[in-house]
Amino acid sequence: MTAGAPLLLLEARGVGKTYPGVRALDGVDLCVRAGEIHALLGENGAGKSTLIGVLTGVIAKDGGQVLVDGVEIHPRNPAEARAAGLSAVYQEANLLPNLTVAENLYLGRQPTRFGLIRRRTMNDAARALLAGYGLDIDVTRTLDSYSTAVRQVVAIARAVDLSAKVLILDEPTASLDAEETAMLFTVVRGLAARGLAVIFVTHFLDQVFALCDRLTVLRNGRQVGERTVADLAPLDLVALMLGKPLTASHLIRKRATTPGGVVARFTGLGRKRLVAPFDLELRQGEIVGAAGLLGSGRTETALLMFGAERADSGQVEVDGKTVKLRGPRDAIALGFGLLPEDRKADGVVGALSVRDNIVLALQARAGWTKPLPRRKQDELAARYIALLDIRTPDADKPIEQLSGGNQQKALLARWLATEPRLLILDEPTRGVDVGAHAEIVRLIEALCEQGLALYVISSELEEVAAYADRVLVMRERRAVGLVEGEAISPGALMAAIAGTAGEVAA
Amino acid sequence: MSRAGRWLRAGLPQLAVLILALIANGLIAPNFFTLTVQDGRLFGGLVDVVNRGAPTALLGLGMALVIATRGIDLSVGAVMAIAGAVAAVAVNDGLAWPLALALALGAGLACGLWNGVLIAVLGIQPIVATLILMVAGRGVAQLITAGRIVTFDEPHLLWLGGGSVLGLPVAAVVALTALAVFLVATRRTALGLFIEAVGVNPRASRLAGIDTRGVLLCVYAASGLLAATAGVIAAADIRAADANNAGLWLELDAILAVVIGGGLLYGGRFSLSLALIGALALQTIKTGILRAGFPPEFNLIVMAAVVAGVLCLQSPAFAELVRRMRLRRSGAGS
Amino acid sequence: MNRIWRHAAVAALGLSLAACGRAGTDRATTVGFAQIGSESGWRAAETKLAISAAQARGITLKVADGQQRQENQIKAIRSFIAQGVGAIFLAPVVSTGWDDVLAEAKAAKIPVVLLDRQITTQDPSLFLTAVAADNVHEGQVAGEWLVGKVGAKPCRVVELQGTVGSTLVADRKKGFDQAIAKTPDIKIVRTQSGEFTRAKGKEVMEGFIKAENAAGICAVYAHNDDMMIGAIQAMKAAGLKPGTEILTVSIDGVPDIFKAMADGEANATVELAPDMAARGFDVLAAYQKDGKAPPKFVQTPSKLYLPDTAAAEYARRKDLY
Repeated sequence: MTAGAPLLLLEARGVGKTYPGVRALDGVDLCVRAGEIHALLGENGAGKSTLIGVLTGVIAKDGGQVLVDGVEIHPRNPAEARAAGLSAVYQEANLLPNLTVAENLYLGRQPTRFGLIRRRTMNDAARALLAGYGLDIDVTRTLDSYSTAVRQVVAIARAVDLSAKVLILDEPTASLDAEETAMLFTVVRGLAARGLAVIFVTHFLDQVFALCDRLTVLRNGRQVGERTVADLAPLDLVALMLGKPLTASHLIRKRATTPGGVVARFTGLGRKRLVAPFDLELRQGEIVGAAGLLGSGRTETALLMFGAERADSGQVEVDGKTVKLRGPRDAIALGFGLLPEDRKADGVVGALSVRDNIVLALQARAGWTKPLPRRKQDELAARYIALLDIRTPDADKPIEQLSGGNQQKALLARWLATEPRLLILDEPTRGVDVGAHAEIVRLIEALCEQGLALYVISSELEEVAAYADRVLVMRERRAVGLVEGEAISPGALMAAIAGTAGEVAA
Repeated sequence: MSRAGRWLRAGLPQLAVLILALIANGLIAPNFFTLTVQDGRLFGGLVDVVNRGAPTALLGLGMALVIATRGIDLSVGAVMAIAGAVAAVAVNDGLAWPLALALALGAGLACGLWNGVLIAVLGIQPIVATLILMVAGRGVAQLITAGRIVTFDEPHLLWLGGGSVLGLPVAAVVALTALAVFLVATRRTALGLFIEAVGVNPRASRLAGIDTRGVLLCVYAASGLLAATAGVIAAADIRAADANNAGLWLELDAILAVVIGGGLLYGGRFSLSLALIGALALQTIKTGILRAGFPPEFNLIVMAAVVAGVLCLQSPAFAELVRRMRLRRSGAGS
Repeated sequence: MNRIWRHAAVAALGLSLAACGRAGTDRATTVGFAQIGSESGWRAAETKLAISAAQARGITLKVADGQQRQENQIKAIRSFIAQGVGAIFLAPVVSTGWDDVLAEAKAAKIPVVLLDRQITTQDPSLFLTAVAADNVHEGQVAGEWLVGKVGAKPCRVVELQGTVGSTLVADRKKGFDQAIAKTPDIKIVRTQSGEFTRAKGKEVMEGFIKAENAAGICAVYAHNDDMMIGAIQAMKAAGLKPGTEILTVSIDGVPDIFKAMADGEANATVELAPDMAARGFDVLAAYQKDGKAPPKFVQTPSKLYLPDTAAAEYARRKDLY
């Protein structure tokens, strides 16, 4: 790249998009030069998909401007975006697997004579086109007879051939093995060498460092950084994505108790395609944290430990005895509780009252024939509403009418009412306001002091670092390390998540 | 507010519909409300409504439970036909009446469990799973009766259709007893809570430790049992098992009864007593139409119009309209 | 929907009967009968009587159960043609769409006799004759009985119609109306559909009793016996005496109405004779003997039955239906 003014092929300035109640994109800038491979990064929900949608005309922006080659464009659909030189290739390549490779390449623009498709002309053209990508395959076979990597290349070839100047690759390597990834990288580098601008969206940070020239990071709908990859340390990148400065104070919890006996021991617990086998011990009066990016498999560990997903390997010991976890009912009978990550889908029973929601797990464990007397229910509800400071006019209020933080506290109450020995909390402070947030953290610590075993999954590294005795680090659906004791600090956790620090064997 | 008060307020639209329908009947036939004693039992328009409405009410109770779990049971009409056929053929073959009755109810229970297994264990969508029995069940009933109307005259069974308890028709007493039994079974145990939880959010319910499969099996079994009870009563009423026609399209009446009773088809909170009121209101409307003297070819059109009107009156949009009009009036007054 | 399954129930019977036919049968004495199905007791009786009538005449009868579907009946007719039967009886499930297959039968010189129902065709030569009842006449017989019974006295009649929209209902209503037209004091005061079922017949009658104050009803006319049986139950429950206080007349002649007549709870029924096949055999025999084509419509008698013979008739019929 020459110094001076590199040509900006794509220039998005101050792009905004608001959905009812959500500012999905808030004045986002994205500038990509010709001949550049530019990574677009951010956690799930950071706004990547919305931005891609705006660029490709799927989503209408409500602020800012998008320029391609210096000309402002207003695509209303993918076809118009394509005409302007912007194409996207998605994870599940948007092709038709039951048609031939050549047909896929020329779908909708087949060479014809007298209205008939000139198959041979089309096949020859397809062969020549793919040769340019170093691909020598039989273009008359159907697409589904080829691997995902080949399909990706075909999709890219089609997009580029449709006169793309800016090519967006959305998670192209998600389902590729190392060799295929390498092949794809070669193709992508070739495109950049031809002067295209490539936007590379991925979760794999190592690939960013291996392939990309520059990167843009989104967080909560905002652009929080544009960097040159060569100037950036992996640790700084993770910090940028999570939004935690590395200068965070190292809050080490003052231990009030020492961990007691082992409540549950999970050995080699795993399930194919969900999470690789992992080992974990949970003790009384101890908080084990789990850290990792979204999609790293951390939620899946919780589901396996609670029996919500059936493990296909490993075993579970409770109080030294091997037990079977065939479902949540087994786990609850053993004294486990799970606060799920997706509160709305998996936690609250929306139309039912706060009281019903609080007594639900206890009642389920007691069985339908042993109804809790109404007086007992009222007592339980009143106690936990007071104890956890659940803000509700009365216990009869449908829980769906409460704020997120209060719903979360009611769900915690549901499990506390069962007097559990092990509580698994998946993102207990997500989407709750600041006040409730602090209360929930205090509660976690208090429960630990009372001798509960806790397993807390959180994106809030500072918070995890503050209260956890040990932290399981997850990356790419496997446990990659266990950080313990004095070694726990937000920085150390970030390093472990990014995979740059010396890894501790899991 | 007291519990009864809350119930009254929640059920106000349903009660209003029932009362309006009764008044309409009174206008159509001035002697509608006249009750006389005939052969030791009450006789009159109201008794007819209760008698005719009892099968629909029984189906409506089961349907209310099923709908609360976000399901539907289309097979209840066919199950009625099966139960009636089993009872009639069994007594005609010389079985003692309690045995015949038990066989008929057992057949209904088995049908319900079959639906429950398809839905809870195999995960088939309720509308599809119960459609299977809706279609096949009538065939089964016809196999049992060999395609004819099987007349029977076992006095105990006939008593279920035409007898009386303290002057009240047995059919009505059975429906009320069923209501009481199921009220106790759902509200004096935790079953009601589980049913509602599963209907509102099955995933969360499972994670909270509720045996969602067991709950689904339970409600479909209950629906089958209630349908069988309705089937025996309907057969006893005409002193015969008519496999071709018994319970024909009654599954739709049962769904309508639940809807008129304020039930939501997307599951959750349910009220058995309002479903019963819904069934009675529906039957009252039907009775009124039959007696109004319209030419028969207009019956269905009038019925559709009345039901559409009733549902409009119960819609949130109408409640909002009333609220606004009231506000405007009070605003103008001040 | 139930129509389909109604027949699944009897499919086995039909198949087994059809399978009874042997190849290479004597064409003069073999008749194929493409029956609709066995959806009612009456239909079952028609099939049974056809079989016994054939036996009495030394004819081999092959019955094919159409399970209420025209394509099954067409298939059965083609198979009869292929087997070279002497004649084909057809009880058509619908009135149209028979021309092609009947032309095939005609080409094979196999006479076709329609039983119980008519077909719509441009070419009457496609079938030999239709043996059926006249539905208007049935209504007339019922009405004339009532006129004869009541005489010149005023009589308020309530009518239980069949399922709205069928020609059968229109015909039975028309015949009855014609019969009572001459006596202005006999009039239909209420008419409602009982959908041909006992349950609906009972429900509608309950309504009539309330609406007409019981004493105001002189007679009930029902388009079929099943509705009347329901109506009789309604009258008894209301403390009325059907058969004496309120006259009843209905159509079909199913066993239970004879039982009611024998018990003094019903007055009259007009029989829809189920022995259509026997008449078909007679017409066929005459035609084969002298080669003279019979008329295109052979009307079966619509015989009126009264309580005097009811007990005997019930005994004769109860196992037939």
